[in-house]
Amino acid sequence: MSTMDQPDIAKSDAGSPGSGSTVPVMLEMKGITKRFPGVLANSGVDLDVREGEVHTLLGENGAGKSTLMKILFGLYRPDEGEVLYRGEKLVITSPSEAIDAGIGMVHQHFMLVPTLTVAENVALGLKSSRGVLTDLAAVSKRITEISEAHGLHVDPAVEVWRLSVGERQRVEIIKALYRNAKLLVLDEPTAVLTPQEVDDLFVILRRMTAEGRGLIFISHKLHEVMALSDRITVLRNGRVTGQTVPAETSREQLAEMMVGRAVKLTPDRPPVDAGVPRLVIRDLRVSGDRGTGAVEGVDLDVCGGEIVGIAGVSGNGQRELAEAVAGLRPTQAGSHIMLNDTDIARCDTRTRRDLGLGYVSEERMTDGAIAEFSVRENLILVDHGAEKFTKRGLLNFKAIREQSEALVKRFAVKTPSIDTPAASLSGGNIQKVILARELSAEPTVMVVAQPTRGVDIGSAEYIHSQLIAQRGVGTATLLIPEDLDEVIGLSDRIAVMFEGKVVAVIPSEEAERDKIGLLMAGVFDDESDEPAEVVAEP
Amino acid sequence: MSQFFTLSVIVSVVASGIRLATPYLLASLGETIGQRSGVLNLGVDGTMVLAAFAAYYTALKLDNLWLAVFVAFLVGLLIGVIYALITVSLHAAQGISGIGIFLFGLGFSDLLFQVWVGTPLPIPSKLPPLGIPGLSSIPQLGDALFRHNLMTYGAFLLVPVVIFLLQKTTFGMNVRAVGENPQAADSLGVSVERTRVVAILLGSSAAGLAGAALVLQGGIFQANLTNGLGFIAVAIVYFGAWRPLGAMAGSLLYGVVNAIVLQLKAQGTIPRSASDLAAMAPAVITILALVFLAGRVKAPAALTKPFTRH
Repeated sequence: MSTMDQPDIAKSDAGSPGSGSTVPVMLEMKGITKRFPGVLANSGVDLDVREGEVHTLLGENGAGKSTLMKILFGLYRPDEGEVLYRGEKLVITSPSEAIDAGIGMVHQHFMLVPTLTVAENVALGLKSSRGVLTDLAAVSKRITEISEAHGLHVDPAVEVWRLSVGERQRVEIIKALYRNAKLLVLDEPTAVLTPQEVDDLFVILRRMTAEGRGLIFISHKLHEVMALSDRITVLRNGRVTGQTVPAETSREQLAEMMVGRAVKLTPDRPPVDAGVPRLVIRDLRVSGDRGTGAVEGVDLDVCGGEIVGIAGVSGNGQRELAEAVAGLRPTQAGSHIMLNDTDIARCDTRTRRDLGLGYVSEERMTDGAIAEFSVRENLILVDHGAEKFTKRGLLNFKAIREQSEALVKRFAVKTPSIDTPAASLSGGNIQKVILARELSAEPTVMVVAQPTRGVDIGSAEYIHSQLIAQRGVGTATLLIPEDLDEVIGLSDRIAVMFEGKVVAVIPSEEAERDKIGLLMAGVFDDESDEPAEVVAEP
Repeated sequence: MSQFFTLSVIVSVVASGIRLATPYLLASLGETIGQRSGVLNLGVDGTMVLAAFAAYYTALKLDNLWLAVFVAFLVGLLIGVIYALITVSLHAAQGISGIGIFLFGLGFSDLLFQVWVGTPLPIPSKLPPLGIPGLSSIPQLGDALFRHNLMTYGAFLLVPVVIFLLQKTTFGMNVRAVGENPQAADSLGVSVERTRVVAILLGSSAAGLAGAALVLQGGIFQANLTNGLGFIAVAIVYFGAWRPLGAMAGSLLYGVVNAIVLQLKAQGTIPRSASDLAAMAPAVITILALVFLAGRVKAPAALTKPFTRH
């Protein structure tokens, strides 16, 4: 923490909880209001950041976090309110002016040019010391200095597409530090990281706050928020619904502030007797998008009444595994996928569905639903050819309507009507439409990828309860979840994937975050050095 | 066939291949810059034919070749301004806008030709070949490589210049960045619009020069003089994997294939009735090359995507 070398200008928030009100305030956003046609995106929002603190901005999608940050970076102009930086009114009209003022951003979707080198990415937009020529040698030298000072190791000469996700994030942070950012906004920085990478990131962030930099941490992962924050401001529907410090709150309280009602964070999982193996995967090999092996010899069983969750850093074959089972990606010769005792490894998707497979895709808007189609059309997308919806090649609109109305009601889809295009629904409601469609076919095996990514907590809670209910009626579910919390909370067994292989299968009662995290990172102790024996019983 | 493989024929085919490659090379180098910035310009052919007419008319009336080249350059630049306005400032779809430019250039050049010239007359003097002292007297090699006009030399000299521009200058880095991830470039204060506008202007001016090279080497203008040459230049950019050296290789391939076809026709090796079939060679090569390259090289990720902040 920096010492008090400036007069106390933090009086404006003297009443707020937390310590260190003698620490100078870097940024104050006061009474920010921003209206869009029909939407109040921000309403009288106050946010201040002191030197050396991590101030978390917590809220659901659409709560107004990104609007507030876009105002900070000059992409939107507030209708009311003002932004003060070190006590002076700040007028910013573009992101580059924010950078000049010492405010940097690490975007959730990295703002990197994959075909350029690390040094080129850092140098982009900066004045070159050699005039019209690039000065990459000098830039590389400073990158090395910065990376050594902050523990951000990365080779300046390598092209960004060759880097791992964790390394790319380091490049993003280096970009901000290179531009001398004193205040750094981190938008969902942990979304793509392994638990170990998250720990490393937090060490790096703490080193930055120790130098007096202020951080705005945007996240919805409550345990990370509790671990990292100095202060927490919660937004809901564009308004601040609470400001607190970790010591005075709990995950449950934070979730309640975000949603506006009590939320069950860990779903109840009543015991269910596992049935017979319904999905049996043997020696599954699948190529990735670049033609190299993405799934390299996976054996896995999922029994009726069981949820098997896959834990793994994204890019270790989970996606390809799900797509191979769903029939969207060809399997290599010798692979077997037994669905209720029929080998479907070479079957088309229609056959797989007829045999009892349901699939919730990771890509909601491209594989899961047709954005321009109405809710009604999306709800029958799989069955529209079935006899109950089609007679002699003509759609039976009455039956389709009845079915759609019933599903919308049963799955609590918030939509103005069943004729509303799917694209105008929120992520959570689109996901409910997809889930309703898939579950209405009464599948015996479900493949569910990222069911709650980008979904609000309320919908996530509902989706979880539906998956648990499905487990209760004997469906076998292969789950590729959003994060470790979800995998631990929902699964009966957890299969850890690393580099295309299942390296361990752990019953959920024995699951420990740290142990799974190490396995995900490819660190195996002697016992689990080779892939654990995969057995049918949970 | 035997008379084809004499040394003198090969030397003349290589020499005319290089000469014929000049318009392809100028146009595809320019288009490479534009596409690296994320802008596809399908109007190259129309730009070339209009610039070619401008150069032709200037040369016809004033008998000043360098003024003709300059006028063609200006026509290219002007069309570039229009194209930049349509696609960058107004965010119009690039594919259809380029086709509009093509149709405009094709029709307008013919109209001006009919109104101002009417009967095709050859220009008083074509671009003269210029031997490079010393090198041009090397037996065979000198005639093949070092006895060309200044536009041909200039086009080939542009290859290293464009490589340097793209790889070593800040502008080139910006071009590569806005063609791959304009959002990232924008977030760092690189003006996506300005970068793309300059890239379009460079590309379109180069197309203007290509038109000048075509007409001043040939010496005469007619309606649709380019006959799809500008579209082949666009194909060469894909063929060359968006690299200047690739564009040079592709242009040379087309130039030499054209030269061979012309030679075979002149010798009567292929019957006149089959000459249209022979003229298909470039198109066939293009299709084969694109099939072969499909999936092997990656286009700039933001190619054809208008940029808007959101």
